[in-house]
Amino acid sequence: MGKPVEVSEITFDDQVLKSGQPVLVDFWAPWCAPCRRLAPIVEELAQEYEGRVTFTKLNTDESPNVAARYGIMSIPTIMVFKNGHPVKQVVGLRPKKDLKQQLDEALVV
Amino acid sequence: MDKQYDVIIVGAGPTGMTAAIYTGRARLKTLLIERMTPGGQIATTSTVENYPGFTQGIEGPDLSEAMETQTKRFGAEMLSSEVHGVSLDGLDRVVHTDDGDVTARALIVTSGAEHARLGVPGELEYMGKGVSNCAVCDAAFFVDSPVAVVGGGDAALDEGLFLTRYASKVTLIHRRDQLRAGKILQERAFAEPKMEFQWDTVVERINGNGVVSSLSLKNAKTGAPSSLEVEGVFIYIGLTPNSNFLQGLLPMDNAGHILVNAWMETAVPGIFAAGDIRQQAARQVVSAAGDGATAALAVRRYLQELRAKAGE
Repeated sequence: MGKPVEVSEITFDDQVLKSGQPVLVDFWAPWCAPCRRLAPIVEELAQEYEGRVTFTKLNTDESPNVAARYGIMSIPTIMVFKNGHPVKQVVGLRPKKDLKQQLDEALVV
Repeated sequence: MDKQYDVIIVGAGPTGMTAAIYTGRARLKTLLIERMTPGGQIATTSTVENYPGFTQGIEGPDLSEAMETQTKRFGAEMLSSEVHGVSLDGLDRVVHTDDGDVTARALIVTSGAEHARLGVPGELEYMGKGVSNCAVCDAAFFVDSPVAVVGGGDAALDEGLFLTRYASKVTLIHRRDQLRAGKILQERAFAEPKMEFQWDTVVERINGNGVVSSLSLKNAKTGAPSSLEVEGVFIYIGLTPNSNFLQGLLPMDNAGHILVNAWMETAVPGIFAAGDIRQQAARQVVSAAGDGATAALAVRRYLQELRAKAGE
């Protein structure tokens, strides 16, 4: 219901890279305070973009190889994938307006 | 969201939330505006050890969440939006936000401060690729790696010590030959075997190839250049006040801190400024909260005086 889906090393390829619609991935970890602060903003966006973008979250502690594959060295990081390719990367806690703008940009690319 | 409030508070850090607790309890119709999520700087701080009442310290995010819950309990309304200006309309103070204008008789500016930048080549390019302002967020990506911390205040030492749990070596780079940080943090830092110190040193450039690989340094006294291999660099060189949206309206110092008196009153009646945004703030969570309480009490008095005048 517009809530981000948890993905892992095992499900990443199927749920993100092979998805038929654009996918947003929120890279986070339980100890990361700003990630906790970002989560409710991402959840709001998930509702607003429901049907247009698939929202997922990936725990970098549990799936370090995926984070390493995309060179994640700072969380929260948000990435948007289209047809298996990353088209946008946003690092750090950002205002919702910024995130919407970045997401809209990614959708028209 | 209504358009008219008794008091509008801009910025939901410890100062703004404390002010909102007080104005809420005074039954003033309160709007608290925040562009990110509530908490301010403590939302990204590891352990807060100097806020009274928590004998073993409290995690920054836990403290900010508790403050948020308490703020809402007393009826303050929250708006997630960015403020881009304030104007005066008679006795009304009009706040221009991304979601339209809102108006109140009193305004408390608690928009705080954010991390200052070094302003050197590579800093923006490698942000999130080895350059960070948040050790608590990113330390775990630097397990067994050499990192540097730039700065000499409480934040630099606190976050540097946090980094020693993960990194192989933490080099603290400071432009002076002594630290500004509190003594207890200095004692811990000097006793920590993983911490090293480069005194009288400034960063000239952050180098890398996709990710950070080294720093170009210069001795501030002799001018001698040197280089340091690091995979991460954490910058804590002070704070820049978030006061751009008030330029031209309120008197400020050269750095952008708003000038206030002991009751947090600015030069404009009905506009108050408190916390890190004001000149000569102590920049502590507890003093921020204290500032918020002072400003809220001053607002209450200001509004009572306005009503008394209107009733004459």
